Amino acid sequence: MDPELTEIRRHLSGYPPFESLSDALLDEVADHIEVSYYRAGRQILSANQPIEALHYVRSGAVEVYRRTGDLFDRLGEGSLFGHYGLLRGQRVHYPALAIEDTLIYKIPRAVFDHLCEADDAFADFVELGRPRVDNTETRGQTSSLASTKVRKLVKNEPLIAKTTDTARQAAQHMATEPTAALLVVGESEDNPRYSYTGSDGALWQVMGIVTDADFRQKIVATGRSADTPIGEITNDQLFVIQSDETVQEAMLTMLRRNVHHLVVLHRRRPIGVVGLEDVVRFETQSSLYLIDNLLSQNTVAGLATLLTDVRQSAARMIREGADSRTVTTALSSIARSFMRRLIELAEAKLGPPPVPYAFIAMGSMARDEQTLVADQDNALVLDDAFDRALHDGYFLDLAKFVSDGLDACGYAYCKGEIMATNPRWRQPLSQWQDYFRSWIRSPAPEPLLHSNIFFDLDNIHGEERFVENLQDIISTQAAQSPEFLAAMARNALNRTPPIGFFRDFVMEKDGRQNNSINVKRRGTAPLTDLIRIHALACGSRAQNSFDRLKDIANTQLLGPGVADRLAYSLEVLSNTRLRHQVIDIDRGDEPDNNIEPEQVPDRERHEIKEAFRALSQAQKFLRFRYPKPSKNTPNQGRR
Amino acid sequence: MRPVREQNGQPWRAWLQAQSQKNPDPVLRDYYRRSVLDPVSAIGDTPLVALDFETSGLDPRRDVILSIGLVPFDLSQVYFSQRQQWLLRPPHNYDNESVAYHHITHTQALKAPRFESIYADLLNAIAGHLVVVHYHPIERGFLEQTIKGISNAQLRFPLIDTMAIEARRYRHGWRTRLRTLMGQTPVSIRLADSRRRYGLPNYEGHRAVVDALAGAELLQAQIQHHYKRSTPIGELWT
Repeated sequence: MDPELTEIRRHLSGYPPFESLSDALLDEVADHIEVSYYRAGRQILSANQPIEALHYVRSGAVEVYRRTGDLFDRLGEGSLFGHYGLLRGQRVHYPALAIEDTLIYKIPRAVFDHLCEADDAFADFVELGRPRVDNTETRGQTSSLASTKVRKLVKNEPLIAKTTDTARQAAQHMATEPTAALLVVGESEDNPRYSYTGSDGALWQVMGIVTDADFRQKIVATGRSADTPIGEITNDQLFVIQSDETVQEAMLTMLRRNVHHLVVLHRRRPIGVVGLEDVVRFETQSSLYLIDNLLSQNTVAGLATLLTDVRQSAARMIREGADSRTVTTALSSIARSFMRRLIELAEAKLGPPPVPYAFIAMGSMARDEQTLVADQDNALVLDDAFDRALHDGYFLDLAKFVSDGLDACGYAYCKGEIMATNPRWRQPLSQWQDYFRSWIRSPAPEPLLHSNIFFDLDNIHGEERFVENLQDIISTQAAQSPEFLAAMARNALNRTPPIGFFRDFVMEKDGRQNNSINVKRRGTAPLTDLIRIHALACGSRAQNSFDRLKDIANTQLLGPGVADRLAYSLEVLSNTRLRHQVIDIDRGDEPDNNIEPEQVPDRERHEIKEAFRALSQAQKFLRFRYPKPSKNTPNQGRR
Repeated sequence: MRPVREQNGQPWRAWLQAQSQKNPDPVLRDYYRRSVLDPVSAIGDTPLVALDFETSGLDPRRDVILSIGLVPFDLSQVYFSQRQQWLLRPPHNYDNESVAYHHITHTQALKAPRFESIYADLLNAIAGHLVVVHYHPIERGFLEQTIKGISNAQLRFPLIDTMAIEARRYRHGWRTRLRTLMGQTPVSIRLADSRRRYGLPNYEGHRAVVDALAGAELLQAQIQHHYKRSTPIGELWT
């Protein structure tokens, strides 16, 4: 490495995609840069001029424009531009202007080409604006007993005693720190498997552990002296587990051997002792345990106490890198279990229902996309034998019990009154069929705006067939109605994404800068709306947005790769939303959907910006794909 | 237009022309022959080279050049990839132990070439370019003194001094007098402080070639802020 390049390398290596380049490639970049200064207000690149280099903002700020003159992006230190031009056509694609005094490092085309060839991550970054992924699942991994490493359960360094220490010394040692087990080591003897070099440089061998029970049974109960060497009361059977084994493996080992403590080894060095209670404590935060626990609650008050556990369980999954779909599916399953348990409790109180019914959920719960901020959207579909005068009292009580219970458990009342307590949404099946037929056949944008949530539909309890019947109507009729799709599309364009971030601000398309952004309203919600419309247009019966995108990808509706790009964008935005809710929880705030740019690291900023860009392009296509039909065009199937 | 600056009573151009004929050292004659710059040439049309010496002290008669860095550039672009640098071995009569190197060990320095074996390469690299430095007494003084010790010939050429340009703006004129009257300290015209005024980043390390890069960037900034591409070089050189 050329020491003269240190200064330049150091700066480059602080920003994606250079941060992940090999040293050799980073040297090659630093070795070949050319440098230009631009005073504020000067044009850096003009449209259609030949482009010879990738531009890197070393200091200052740059605005990049579309050919139409619209602001495309505002870039600060460490950002790149010019790659679109280098990749396509070799001419400047987006003109660029220095908006502050700016220093640009230019990476010549030959080096750029070589980087694209030699480093896949670099190529993906400049070509796709994101890492290359085959499916969204690879982005994170499920958090569970089966995937968490046992080293996560090790909280403290092990307390270590020598075999020659007296029982008294050992007991005093254990009294200083809250631990249930003491690790006993002796001079290395016969078993190299458990031998390690201690911090004192000597060779030690793990002999076993001593627990409170051993003092009780082997010293006190037998009347032995407190001066007994601890080695004499150490369990001869040693059970160890490697630190990279899973928590599940630890639990199985304990069950199989009927022991309550395992020594955790990193290779041969002991790093701690894990007890059964550690595994149980871990398990109590998992969603499986939660669902089990909430199904055994007999009162609303009892259910409501689980809210903290729900949040902690989800927060843990998010911190451990689970992908958004895993987390939102878990949260949706938990919410369903809450609802089911509340319905069971209500029926126990109110008696059996007078006519069959289906309690249904809409919106994010139906899509399996709930986050830590969720309100309730539900309705009742009643058997057609329903007689309002006779039966509505029962169903109103049922609805109220469930809705109040959900609110008490952290699922706030729906502001739009989309709840079974609202008589409009507590109707017999035939009325629901009429609702859907009229929404689809004679759509008016405003009423649809309030009802598009009904196109995400899932049965929670009761007559599955009612819901299937309604889903049949949706999947067969929606695709046949261009007016309906056009009206839905129009509504889906009401909320648009910003451009991205610039320093600690959110950049709007008109150049305004804001301090925070509601990533649901400006990101996941419009994206979900858009996916729903394409899904309806191709007759998909899926509810989850990722499943819908898979169905859409099987048609010719979108260009090649577009569905993948949208899936990736949804994952990025959902993941960001979840992670910022965890930040809120960690700070002791009520979680919300806002994110503050200063809490978004550079790498994520880039991904989020690309996700917004994908959403923006998809919205443009939506407008074009589902135009408002003119009066005299005949209806066309839109598959 | 400001008067064209002079050397020994002669305008720079006449001096350069004369030296290209009569300088006793053929290496220097060749350099001068290729470097007869016209004071009316536009700065925007002139090939430039930023030059920086790391020296053992400030006195050319006592101290020595430890390393040299140069970077060719023009007003549009700094050609950092064409940079050159030399680490130098101090002369025989120089007490090595007293040298405080910034980045190198004495062992490394002992393996390095002496100035006399690289000065032809150095002059070849800067010939035909207008040299840009920050605080010109160092580069001019040490070059002149060192060459004199080798071939007893005189090497002196016009330079743009980015510090002098800063001084013109921030150390002369009514603003400075006003600041002095108000009891304020004068504006710093050191390289890093000057760069900050133009939004240029701070470069750490002070290696000769990085300082040369820093100087080149500074001149680009100064010209964009205070001059034009068409400004004659005779107005800028010293």
